[in-house]
Amino acid sequence: MAEEMRIVLRNYGKIDPLKIDDYLAQGGYKSLEKARAMNTADLIAEVKKSNLRGRGGAGFNCGMKWSFAAGAQADQKYVICNADEGEPGTYKDRLIMENDPHTLIEGMAICAYAIGATQGYIYLRGEYPFLVSTLNTAINQAKEKGLVKDFDIEVRSGAGAYVCGEETALIESIEGKRGEPRFKPPYPPSEGLWSKPTIVNNVETFANIPVIVEKGADWYASIGNPAYPGTKVFTLTGDINNRTFFEVPTNATIREIVFQFGGGIPGDKKFKAVQIGGTSGAFIPDALLDTPVAFDSMSAIGATLGSGATFVIDESRDIVDVATRIAGFFEHESCGKCAPCREGTARTAELMEKINEGRGSNKDVALLEKLGTVMSYSCLCGLGQAAPAPVLTTIKHFKADYEAKFV
Amino acid sequence: MMDYKEIIAQYDGKAGGIIEAYHALLREFSYLPEEAIVEAARVFKLSTAEAYGIATFYSMFSVEARGKNVVRICESAPCHVAGAADVVAALERELGIKMGESTADGKFALEFTECVGQCQATPVITINGKPYLDVSPAQIPAIIAEYK
Amino acid sequence: MVNLTIDGIKASVPEGSTILQAASEVGIKIPTLCFHPDQSIKANCRVCVCEVEGNRLLQAACAMPVFEGMVVKTRTPKVLDARKTILELILSNHPQDCLNCIRNGNCELQDLAQEYCIRENPFEYKVRGFEKDFSTPSLFRDQDKCILCRRCIEACSVIQSVNALGMEGRGHNSMVVPTLGKALIDSPCVMCGQCIHACPVGAIGEREQIDEFLAAVANPDKVVITQIAPAVRVAIAEEIGMMTGEMPMGTFVQGLRQIGFDHVLHTNFTADLTILEEGNELLKRLKEGGTLPMFTSCSPGWINFCETFYPDLLDNLSTCKSPQQMFGALAKTYWAEKMGIDPSKIYSVSIMPCVAKKFEAARPEMNDSGYQDVDLVLTTREIGRLFRMSGLDFSKLPASDFDSWMGKYTGAAVIFGASGGVMEAALRTVYEVVTGKTLEDVNFVATRGITGIKEAAVDLDGTVVKVAIANGLANARKLMEQVRAGESPYHFIEIMACPGGCIGGGGQPITKANVKRVERIEAIYVEDEGLPLRKSHDNPEVKTLYEEFLHEPLGHKSHELLHTHYHPKNKKFL
Repeated sequence: MAEEMRIVLRNYGKIDPLKIDDYLAQGGYKSLEKARAMNTADLIAEVKKSNLRGRGGAGFNCGMKWSFAAGAQADQKYVICNADEGEPGTYKDRLIMENDPHTLIEGMAICAYAIGATQGYIYLRGEYPFLVSTLNTAINQAKEKGLVKDFDIEVRSGAGAYVCGEETALIESIEGKRGEPRFKPPYPPSEGLWSKPTIVNNVETFANIPVIVEKGADWYASIGNPAYPGTKVFTLTGDINNRTFFEVPTNATIREIVFQFGGGIPGDKKFKAVQIGGTSGAFIPDALLDTPVAFDSMSAIGATLGSGATFVIDESRDIVDVATRIAGFFEHESCGKCAPCREGTARTAELMEKINEGRGSNKDVALLEKLGTVMSYSCLCGLGQAAPAPVLTTIKHFKADYEAKFV
Repeated sequence: MMDYKEIIAQYDGKAGGIIEAYHALLREFSYLPEEAIVEAARVFKLSTAEAYGIATFYSMFSVEARGKNVVRICESAPCHVAGAADVVAALERELGIKMGESTADGKFALEFTECVGQCQATPVITINGKPYLDVSPAQIPAIIAEYK
Repeated sequence: MVNLTIDGIKASVPEGSTILQAASEVGIKIPTLCFHPDQSIKANCRVCVCEVEGNRLLQAACAMPVFEGMVVKTRTPKVLDARKTILELILSNHPQDCLNCIRNGNCELQDLAQEYCIRENPFEYKVRGFEKDFSTPSLFRDQDKCILCRRCIEACSVIQSVNALGMEGRGHNSMVVPTLGKALIDSPCVMCGQCIHACPVGAIGEREQIDEFLAAVANPDKVVITQIAPAVRVAIAEEIGMMTGEMPMGTFVQGLRQIGFDHVLHTNFTADLTILEEGNELLKRLKEGGTLPMFTSCSPGWINFCETFYPDLLDNLSTCKSPQQMFGALAKTYWAEKMGIDPSKIYSVSIMPCVAKKFEAARPEMNDSGYQDVDLVLTTREIGRLFRMSGLDFSKLPASDFDSWMGKYTGAAVIFGASGGVMEAALRTVYEVVTGKTLEDVNFVATRGITGIKEAAVDLDGTVVKVAIANGLANARKLMEQVRAGESPYHFIEIMACPGGCIGGGGQPITKANVKRVERIEAIYVEDEGLPLRKSHDNPEVKTLYEEFLHEPLGHKSHELLHTHYHPKNKKFL
């Protein structure tokens, strides 16, 4: 029996997010004080040792990323919180910001100290306008109390572009441009916002930092899966009894997420598939339910942990229809800069519509597989690289559903 | 109604501030008028072509005039399987327009949106950014009435 | 130096090199589409992707920097498959009218489709369905053919600082459009045509007027005459498979007669004339405290730019018309008289390296002869097409001389074709006028070359004249900002809209890299050096023109026919 463990959501429901004193009473900002007393190299080493890996979907070692920025020489550095949370089925970052904004601010401030940055941004998706004042209130309160000296945070709004969850597209957007990704290298820790060393981390990643500094790297590294330790917030949607959220250690299995925490499928229907990680995640069939949710074990089955969004489909669902809607999503969200994504997402949507409407054949499926495979390794950014996954995995595991719709 | 030049001037000097300025213009006008884009280009020292490119990239912005109250329904997969299509039909019925159109009296615009991050309560609509959760077709008339 | 292996071949290249650069060092050509040697790296077409050992993702060769020990493979099945698929995707929404396309035979996409043997496309052919834009007299745009490489946007915004083109929309709906999605004529476009050179395909081109020309030739009532700009001869060779500069002038003239011109004259004649008029205009402003610095006015793309972006500085422009327009006015007055030809029958064609000249010829005020001074402008590319249509073998054609009265020229006129040439030509004359001495060394080397902004100070026997030369409009803008701020140290500024000067003009053979511009510039100065007369005021036909017709520079007749005025364009957005 897996159990919930609330680290990033430790204050959920326990404090008034608009009252900094509540956060302080829970021990808030003590970690920032502790961090500032450490030398930056030791601080970064501690974060690195905890093996905290990015919670936005890329899973890169957080401390290692910080060390690149810390090592870069520049007259200005930036800390950016990626609060774009565009992955359908995901609302974990909203939960953190809505209920405990100070954990984010404290995490960012610790990062700023570690790398030598004095300016930070929270890139808040345009679909959360109601959080602008919450975040600004928290920032101002922290400032007034003198808790975040030498570090200013500004909230910037996105404007409805999923691609801006990609760190370089996000940076372009803060720079006031079209949110189109840059090619990498160079990477943001060496050349990011306005070409300065920049750390971009997800909300959930930053929310872990104060606890890691408080309780130590060893403590954190011992939780969950050693290669991807700590906890992960899962948000459950679709055909699931408990359409809500949980924070669990990373050694939970998919089965535990769906059937234990999720309470299984409503109406006693049979499980068909679960898509984990967001709308760009793989569709995972029944046979793979005992896979642990950690980053590497998911990679091994051709899936991804991603944002932790968990979208469950029961036996009565037309999975081809679902995959078609998802293909439409990517066509809509492709930024259009690179040819294989711009054209490939449109063609994928077109072919899926053809099959979904009963006009398709094996030839179309073969073309989808070819196209998706090429996109997965030749597109400029993660959007194009991951977009084919839902189509490719449903073809792989649910070929019969496609064949049933053929002309 | 604030002058568009006054609105934009509030963000003058903010590095990369054109997107914030566009949001402010949207709150006032519901879309980005051509003159406002030209002025924003001037203030943020961009070419008008660049300012237009930014205005037409993001889903929330529109360079065409549209209804004052922008009603959006999420069509991402979790909302799709929760019955968004029925809510779409109800919205089209209630407002008397099709998806993508604005009402003749200029009060409402009806648009699709992708996920707005309220997936605990699908299907979801937003009106001027405010989310309405667990929306059923039956609730639509009352929700719309709030803005009439 | 960094050592790496590409397709099994060892390469050693400077730190910071890309895979693309390293590959070309060892004879491996990786195909590209959005890459341009004189622009920033875009990495958006993904055609140049290749395998880098240790990386699951393919890397764009144009963008990926090499590292020590890197192992690159450019032609594995995975790579070839990816390239082919990407090309198929681009081709599947690209109009399949190669046979009718202005870039047939000179198209980077067509080349790749051939190199990758794309016979059948698995994707359904579906063109996007935009309307073509023929709103300007100089250029057309065909958005259906756009492959969204964005090279035109960079040419227009970074190199020319005009910013008439930008992106609209997102994803599959994104497109390169004129400002605010308007027609090109309503944008700040100055019609310099640099976007044409930047475009790898036929999405932008010149307004082709070959049919008008052929109709005039076929019309027995018309006397079809031509003037050739100095930048044309060095480049026309490239249009018919010869090397830059290899077309002898005499053969070129004969070729023009063969395709239907009744009389062949030279813009160089009026270039020499321009020096007399403009040189005296400068001296007059220097002496009488007229508006300084004075700008040259022979580049219509530059004039459009000044009228659009610096309408407050129009008084700084020389009032001289361009050599093309001076020629146009004289051909239907002076020349018609000399030849005893009824000017109403003259169909005056100019052959230009320029597309903005099509606009210039049609400017309503350009009718001082009593008729439209210049009836038609054909670009070097259009003449190239006419030559190819004619099937002439230029290696065997006998040479021919120019016709009389407006066909003689000096080396000073020839160098108009290169950036700095107008300045140097002016200095060669002004020096002798001011000092009264003979200029022994006519070479003002400081004015030459492709550098964006050049400056020189010339000592005219105690009077020091400070001059500046800009080529490319972003460079022009820098000088203009100085002038507007009242901080310009110069007396005389030459501005050419196109990088390198007219040899890099929008109407020249498609110019894919600045190295080609440099080659053409060299050919220009070689031509100048080989001529017996190298100072404009030594041109005997120009002397005759003044003696018999104009009487004096800046005189009444000159003002009537050879000078003009400008108008602010009042564009509503820039």
